[in-house]
Amino acid sequence: MSEYLAGRAQMGTSLAFHIVFASLGVGLPLLLLIVEGLAYRRKDETWRLLARRWSKAFGILFAIGAVSGTVLSFELGLLWPGFMKYAGSVIGLPFSLEGFAFFTEAIFLGLYLYGWDRLSPLAHWLCTIPLAVSGAASAWFVTTANSWMNSPTGFKLQDGVVSDVRPIEAIFNPGTPIETAHTMISAYVATGFAVAAVYAVGLLRGRRGLIYRRALTVGMLMGIVATPLQIITGDINARWVADYQPAKLAAMEGQFQTEKGAPLRIGGIPNPGAGRTDFAIEIPAGLSFLAYGDPGAVVKGLQDFPAGTTPNPVMVHISFQLMVAIGFGLLALSAWFLGAWIAARRQSKSGRRVFPGAVTVHSRALLLAIGAAGFAGFAAVELGWMVTELGRQPWVIYGVVRTSQAITPAPGLVWSFVISTAIYVGLAVALVGLLLRLAAGTRGGGEAEIAAEEAA
Amino acid sequence: MSATQADYLVAGVLWIAVVIYACFAGADFGGGVWDLFARGPRKEAQRRAVSRAMGPVWEANHVWLIFLITGLFTSFPPAFVRLAVGLYLPFSLALLGIVLRGAAFAFRAHGAPEQRTTTPWGLAFGAASIMTPFVLGACAGAVAAGDVPANPSPSFDALVGVWTTPFCLVCGGLALSICAGLAAAYLTVEASDAGDSALAEDFRRRALLAGAVTLVLAIVTLPLLTTEAPGLWTGLTTRGLPLVIMAVVFAAAAGGAMYSRHYRLARLAAPAQVAAILLGWAVAQAPYLVPPDLTVDNSASPPEVMTALLIAYVAGAAVLFPSLLLLFRVFKGQNPAAA
Repeated sequence: MSEYLAGRAQMGTSLAFHIVFASLGVGLPLLLLIVEGLAYRRKDETWRLLARRWSKAFGILFAIGAVSGTVLSFELGLLWPGFMKYAGSVIGLPFSLEGFAFFTEAIFLGLYLYGWDRLSPLAHWLCTIPLAVSGAASAWFVTTANSWMNSPTGFKLQDGVVSDVRPIEAIFNPGTPIETAHTMISAYVATGFAVAAVYAVGLLRGRRGLIYRRALTVGMLMGIVATPLQIITGDINARWVADYQPAKLAAMEGQFQTEKGAPLRIGGIPNPGAGRTDFAIEIPAGLSFLAYGDPGAVVKGLQDFPAGTTPNPVMVHISFQLMVAIGFGLLALSAWFLGAWIAARRQSKSGRRVFPGAVTVHSRALLLAIGAAGFAGFAAVELGWMVTELGRQPWVIYGVVRTSQAITPAPGLVWSFVISTAIYVGLAVALVGLLLRLAAGTRGGGEAEIAAEEAA
Repeated sequence: MSATQADYLVAGVLWIAVVIYACFAGADFGGGVWDLFARGPRKEAQRRAVSRAMGPVWEANHVWLIFLITGLFTSFPPAFVRLAVGLYLPFSLALLGIVLRGAAFAFRAHGAPEQRTTTPWGLAFGAASIMTPFVLGACAGAVAAGDVPANPSPSFDALVGVWTTPFCLVCGGLALSICAGLAAAYLTVEASDAGDSALAEDFRRRALLAGAVTLVLAIVTLPLLTTEAPGLWTGLTTRGLPLVIMAVVFAAAAGGAMYSRHYRLARLAAPAQVAAILLGWAVAQAPYLVPPDLTVDNSASPPEVMTALLIAYVAGAAVLFPSLLLLFRVFKGQNPAAA
């Protein structure tokens, strides 16, 4: 493994690790806001118990997110000094603003986690508002910086000197509106289905009780609301890529030749040697229509870009296909769940109490699907991240600075990659074990409250 | 406001972040040190006190580091790049410590209800709490000595050599003993507020021990400064002198107050001493950010960036400081009944 590849691999591993916790840091506070809000308004112990349990898990997850985010802020310089010497002054501002959002999140998390007995119930619930807002704001600020790497604006670069910096223009670069929306919504999709999945597995393993059904419903509702929005923003995003990063689009779609009325390829494996994508189902003129709104539009193929300016399409295409497949899979799951909900409501005498209470899911197949969706949501986040990052290669700042020019001269990057990956794997294993033990420890808790609730 | 003024204003804000990080997060690292070295009949009570003191605040304290790093790469990119390249290995080690410390603390605090240092996470918590301030202190020494190379040779020796000179190692030890002292000083107040005077006595002895170690290391540092960092020495003995004198006075006050069990006074004097040392360093080293060549002026981002950043700092501070005040009032106020 070359030093350059090791540096990229380390950055990729760090991001892939952090993005899970960052997404939960956006999604969980909103769920806490909803759940504890219901607890407060209805003086309901079951909702309150749910918030308490989640807050324990969130405490651990946020800490891991905080430290892994610190690693990234250093790695920008440790691994990519040739990037930061240009990017720092142009796109540092949103990182600094993100610092304030992160402060707010850390402070109110401290109040939230340790304040159950020190704050009034109302004050405690109110802490979830800055938590949810600052979590979303963090994601927005950081994504603007990535968006700037895709569509760099707001500066001049001449002979290696950055000048005429317009930081606000850099933040609001052309990619910002759609990339930030798509990234932030992904966090709600992934968190919602992941939370639902935890309780779907519990129900599958024979646990009963209102708390399981309620938690499942709340998680599913967040995922169900966010998923269609995610598909719509994804479509807009792809059309944006078609205009601004045509090489990335060609890689995403496995388009090697320039073509009028290019087909949409479903599945398939790009074969760069042969210059074609094998095994794909082709929908005639589909790509031209989706990307440009015109079935006859010309889509530029990878072979017609200057040599050395295009990404390797294999991983980009496969990641993109899987991400889209998961998106539609989650949409189908949403419809399935809503159908089951309506059916259950018709049967239930106390149907009026269903929202936002509990949906009783009788279908094991549906519960299994929800369990799988918990992984799928995060897989989609990772895959989408790979599409945007691998698809931008060989550039770190699109069209301006190559990734290979940005790498640090420090030796031993292969070791650094191996060690840091081992630590991330170790942490992930320990974390999963800990969360499972936490879940096991709380299994029996709250049954008294639940019985009281159900009897009422 | 001239461009130079804006540059110095931003540098000043960042340096204040260094001071706050040292005084607050430094104490959290110090807490980890005392967790590892918890001993005697009140061993578990000592660990509980550390964990209780850190729990609600350590993440907020940690964010000062992120604030500092992002601020540095926005406003002084060449300085950030110089440090990141030249101090690649110690920064990587510090990150390792930060990750292990944070993860270990969270795993113990929210996971297992019982605290045992014999668990791997307990050990990781303590060891990482020692390594991180030590390595960061050594990095500070390398910067102060003007040793961070502009174009380091890509060799393993260069990675290690720059921050392992005797001067840097002493600086690392100094940073560690200061952190341990701060933690012990803060913990005396929390223990005595909780009505546990025996526990307060434990931390008093630890604070005095850390203070003595700091004193010895500081005395060792002085002659090294004249040879290893002559520029800094000159600055410290001229325009930095008032701050050096203040540091000595605060150190004496902290030691005296701790010895005579005036814990609240010691809790004020100890961080004041740290602030005086760090500000003295900054004043003595000005206008250099990373000696021998990178100054505030020659490494600053264009003026429009500095202006935008200052506006962001003012707006951010309006949210940050009331929130921080709330956090510390809820958890660090006069609330002896607090569990």
